[in-house]
Amino acid sequence: MYRKYLWVIVVLIAGVSACNKEITAEYESFRGFVQPSNFPQPFYRFGNNAVTKERFELGRKLFYDPLLSSNNTISCGSCHIQTSAFTHHGHAVSHGIFDRMGTRNSPPIMNLAWSTSLMWDGGIVDLDLQPIAPITNHVEMDDSMPNVLNKLRNSSAYPALFQKAYGSPEITSTGFLKALSQFMLMCVSSNSKYDSVMRNQALFTAEEQEGYQLFRQKCNTCHTEPLFTDHSFRNNGLPPSMVDDPGRYLVTQKPEDRYKFKVPSLRNLSFTAPYMHDGRLFTLDAVFDHYTTQVQHTPNLDPLFLVNAQPGLAISAAERQKLIAFLKTLNDRSFLLDKLLSEQ
Amino acid sequence: MKRILIIGITTAAIFSSCKKDDTPEYNPNVKADLSVEFDNVAGAADLQMNTATYNNAAGESFKVTKLKYYVSNFVFTNSNGTTYTVPQKDSYFLIDESDPAAREAELQVPEGEYKSVSFIVGVDSLRNTMDVSQRTGVLDVAGTASDMYWGWNSGYIFFKLEGTSAASMMGGVFQYHIGGFGGYSSSTANNIRKITLDLTARGVAKVKSGKSTNIHLMVDILKALNGTTNMSFATLPMVHSIAPGTPVANNYVSMFTHEHTEN
Repeated sequence: MYRKYLWVIVVLIAGVSACNKEITAEYESFRGFVQPSNFPQPFYRFGNNAVTKERFELGRKLFYDPLLSSNNTISCGSCHIQTSAFTHHGHAVSHGIFDRMGTRNSPPIMNLAWSTSLMWDGGIVDLDLQPIAPITNHVEMDDSMPNVLNKLRNSSAYPALFQKAYGSPEITSTGFLKALSQFMLMCVSSNSKYDSVMRNQALFTAEEQEGYQLFRQKCNTCHTEPLFTDHSFRNNGLPPSMVDDPGRYLVTQKPEDRYKFKVPSLRNLSFTAPYMHDGRLFTLDAVFDHYTTQVQHTPNLDPLFLVNAQPGLAISAAERQKLIAFLKTLNDRSFLLDKLLSEQ
Repeated sequence: MKRILIIGITTAAIFSSCKKDDTPEYNPNVKADLSVEFDNVAGAADLQMNTATYNNAAGESFKVTKLKYYVSNFVFTNSNGTTYTVPQKDSYFLIDESDPAAREAELQVPEGEYKSVSFIVGVDSLRNTMDVSQRTGVLDVAGTASDMYWGWNSGYIFFKLEGTSAASMMGGVFQYHIGGFGGYSSSTANNIRKITLDLTARGVAKVKSGKSTNIHLMVDILKALNGTTNMSFATLPMVHSIAPGTPVANNYVSMFTHEHTEN
């Protein structure tokens, strides 16, 4: 009898100590922002916002907190879901507060430290100023910045977390926005098979290798390695939808920018469907169909799609299979499962 | 002859006394208070928000429900020709007609006599692209500036004039939001406007410690609507992006006049 209890106690103690160990391990393993060896220098100015564990954790809590919306129901994580590489899987456009619908597909939060602009139209350049847009957007979180900060000030948890992060319980826009930046900057996806191959830790299969060669001939100008975007804005010949979204034109109001959207990264593309700025294409095959047979000669069509008399790219069925094999090497499951980036 | 002499002596006396009054001892190493007051008016009448009805040059009647604008980057020209630029961080003010405490730019400048003032309507491109930690006070995007900031196309709104008009097909409402500092990486229209006002005709500013000098400006909001382009609420009820705001910015360069200086 006595012995039985002893066993239970031993098991309990072991369990608790294991937990402690895990926490300690996580603390010790927090290495801040790590520059992947095969990536260029980041665009983000880390000099103004050096990543620390406490600030990152504050940012992570804010990212997953629905307090950032007017009726406390929508968090950043609502439309940027980690298991979908921080996109809104299965949604052409996201439904925000009160199920209001937007007009654009929720882009992945991934490798933003290298992003020279944000949003499909590049209307935001500084990552620190990015959260203002969804927080104040009528169809997304529909709140105001002063109100969000006041909610945080009146919460039981946040003043202490700001104290921990910044040495003062005062909740300022700078502290708030920079903590969110820290979380987003830590969302680095650099452990795909492609990355392993580039770091000489793995080899492509023959099909992937052929796909890679084709990719470099036909796709790499816009979807430039290793981030798989050149950060430019281009019209890829999508037929205008009912929304008739003019894209980059909204920001610059220059006729030559009408229908141009940011070239998205192709990393994690198996998890980020649907595709295009409005999520109109549900599968990779649909994307290839677009580029091979459905490119429309709308104003400002990128000249890269006009090499032949017919707008579009010449990609055979066999080439498509090889390209898809290569593109799948851009998937990074470790990014989707990284506990550090998950809601705690 | 005697009379002439008397006149001469009297004149000399007057001039010398005037001169004495006009040249107080200024110490350019000492800074003193100088405020610039922005007195919002509509034509020859003080602006009455929400109640009074005005007419624009397009013949449309309207009421004003909101008037806010940034003034910043103040530079004063001394009568001796030198200029003083107010340190940039102390140089941003949001004039808000609904807030009696937000109608003056309160500044500190070296003692001296100033013959002109210049400032910009809006927020300069440098501050518009600065790190968020440099955006404090009236530029705090989670504070006073939250109503004067475009989140979707990063940048401060320089000037907001809103109101009601039966001419507007947008529910009888008009909203003119003017911004645009020239763009980060891709250039956009630049709606920053610099205003320079000569103070000599209606009173130079004599800035000296221990007193507070006030430069009183009149700001005629009708001139924001009428001028190079006569704005019509029927044809353009809403301005919520950069390019359509340019005609309004071109108009409002003429809305500031110097009324007097209280020395």
